Amino acid sequence: MSDIVGKKSGLVWATHLSVLALVIIWLIPTVGLFVSSFRDRDQISETGWWRSFLPVEQGLRGRASVDDVIVQGDTFVLTGSLFDDEEVLASVGEERPPITAFGNAGRNPGQFVAGEVADLGDGESLLVNPDGTYEYRLAEDPGNRGPRIYFFASTPPVFSFANYRTVLTADNMDRAFINTLTVTIPTTIIPILMAAFAAYALAWMDFRGRGFMIACIVGLLVVPLQLALVPALQMHNAVGIGQSFLGIWLAHTAFGLPLAVYLLRNYMIGLPRDIIESAKVDGATDFEVFLKIVLPLSFPALASFAIFQFLWTWNDLLVAKVFLPSAEEAKVMTVKIADDLLGSRGGDWGILATAAFVSIGVPLLVFFSLQRYLVRGLLAGSVK
Amino acid sequence: MDPITQGLVTIAVGVGGCLAYFYVSNLLLDKVIFPARGAHISRNINRANLVRPWLFLLPVVVLLTLYLAYPVVGSFVRSLYNRSGDEFIGFDNYTSLIGSGEFRVAFLNNALWALVVPALSTFLGLIIAQLTDRLKWGNIAKSIIFMPMAISFVGASLIWKFVYAPDPDIGLINAIRGTFGLEAVDVLQIPFWNNLFLMVLLIWVQTGFAMVILSAALRGVPEETIEAAIIDGANPFQVFFKIQVPQITATILVVWTTITIGTLKIFDIVYAMTGGNFGTQILPSYMMQFMFRDDGRATAVAVLIMLIVSPVVYSNVRQARKELS
Repeated sequence: MSDIVGKKSGLVWATHLSVLALVIIWLIPTVGLFVSSFRDRDQISETGWWRSFLPVEQGLRGRASVDDVIVQGDTFVLTGSLFDDEEVLASVGEERPPITAFGNAGRNPGQFVAGEVADLGDGESLLVNPDGTYEYRLAEDPGNRGPRIYFFASTPPVFSFANYRTVLTADNMDRAFINTLTVTIPTTIIPILMAAFAAYALAWMDFRGRGFMIACIVGLLVVPLQLALVPALQMHNAVGIGQSFLGIWLAHTAFGLPLAVYLLRNYMIGLPRDIIESAKVDGATDFEVFLKIVLPLSFPALASFAIFQFLWTWNDLLVAKVFLPSAEEAKVMTVKIADDLLGSRGGDWGILATAAFVSIGVPLLVFFSLQRYLVRGLLAGSVK
Repeated sequence: MDPITQGLVTIAVGVGGCLAYFYVSNLLLDKVIFPARGAHISRNINRANLVRPWLFLLPVVVLLTLYLAYPVVGSFVRSLYNRSGDEFIGFDNYTSLIGSGEFRVAFLNNALWALVVPALSTFLGLIIAQLTDRLKWGNIAKSIIFMPMAISFVGASLIWKFVYAPDPDIGLINAIRGTFGLEAVDVLQIPFWNNLFLMVLLIWVQTGFAMVILSAALRGVPEETIEAAIIDGANPFQVFFKIQVPQITATILVVWTTITIGTLKIFDIVYAMTGGNFGTQILPSYMMQFMFRDDGRATAVAVLIMLIVSPVVYSNVRQARKELS
């Protein structure tokens, strides 16, 4: 079977190439985000991330210095280096990127080529050299404020963790990260045990109503969460839980249970009957059989569910928006990004990319290290 | 108490409480209520075994009843009341919803999503499963295509903003248009087509899911059938479409319905990308507009979503009952 394709080498190549194309299409958006998160914020808006390894033509502006004006007849000559200007220093620091073009008007900042004298009319002229030195000839006394010089400097690509520092220290993103963990971990652990007991009962205990219970679980698997939101929140308000972490723990736990019971029951029913029955013949109670035999043997299914539930609660936006208070200190990362950053920081692509990467980093790590269990779980219960 | 300690306490209470509940309730049942000794020993053991399954099920049953079963009824009842919930207004919420233009847009868009996303995800998943099956590096390719499953829809929205952004120095699409000398456009504002651009995100996420399941199904196809077809002179396309695919139609259907249900419930993508503007509203995001403002209408939308999903609930339950008997 494996060489039906092998007989036709053209087809082999077509397969390789089409898979490669698909993989690239699938990967490119994420790569863009990843690269952007390390780029300098000014550079992001100058060139696309796919050109991030090339130097960036960065638009800058400064003022000619009036510290040592030389008067030659009717003209006032201003000289100096643009890289001594405070405004320029603030944006490039100690770097001295080569200047490629300059101008004296904001509407056309790259009008003239660096190193050539530009005639500005009325007897005025401006020369900016690639190294930043300039000579500005003015017809009038500049007073105590020099005229503006606009220029383009070719800055080398800058990659740093600066965005990560900004995201994790400012903007309360660190808080949101902790909040996400606070929501996720209890709601991953607690349903497992509850569901395991129930799954054992549904798999290995014989009682009236078992079929009905299983049908209920399967039905609840596909009930849209939307239906649960209003009544559950009303219930929380009625008993005084309100919008709080306790509320979201309860809600997430409950919403995860149908899948947990379904997955675990499907797994447990496949365990060898002999082991369980011989343990019972030896006098073990159901409680002991469950705790000492079934639970350890079900580890793969428990792991599958734990990964599902972790990814689902970590990535959830809907439940967090409804069951957590909207106050700043209770926001989880998804809410923070969707509601705050996309709104107020809509144009700050560096911060957006970094925040997104912080929030998808942990699930990606879990995904790549535990993919085996995830796939197994998907195959066992492809309903949710 | 800060949320972290609160969280740790909750884990301890939750896990410890669960264990304690199961242990103590079993102990009570076996030693106190129906003790396995005395005159009625065998009757007591039988009775204890009748009660025990329900002890094991109790926490799950309580939580599921409160958070999933009761809300199905509770939402429906709430949807018959007005905005503040103090006046019974019958089906007025439904009639006013159906009369509103935005609802119709949301409904039609949702129908479009439910048609396009499962179809394309399943198709792509099937093709990729087949293509990667024979490749040495197939598992790496699969991993990469499966990866978006781990990414939140909010994260995916941000990722795709870097593709769709109107600024040709940020957005890849407009950069490509630029090299052909075309003007930059905001693809999320093109009527009708913007819906398809949003669906691309979900297809990007769901294709991996379809691929994993269908790849396992394809491996389960008996080799003899394939070998026989090859001996009879079938080419690889015929083998795939006439031998392999017909044998996994049941799995394809499962994948298709699973993705359909998922598609009907997604609200994050529209919420984060367009906020439902430019004619991209769908029912779940439409519902969130009413949430906290008009619970009557919010629940009415939720009940309508449930109605759309209910045939699948029915067929799933029937399937499960069939497997049991």
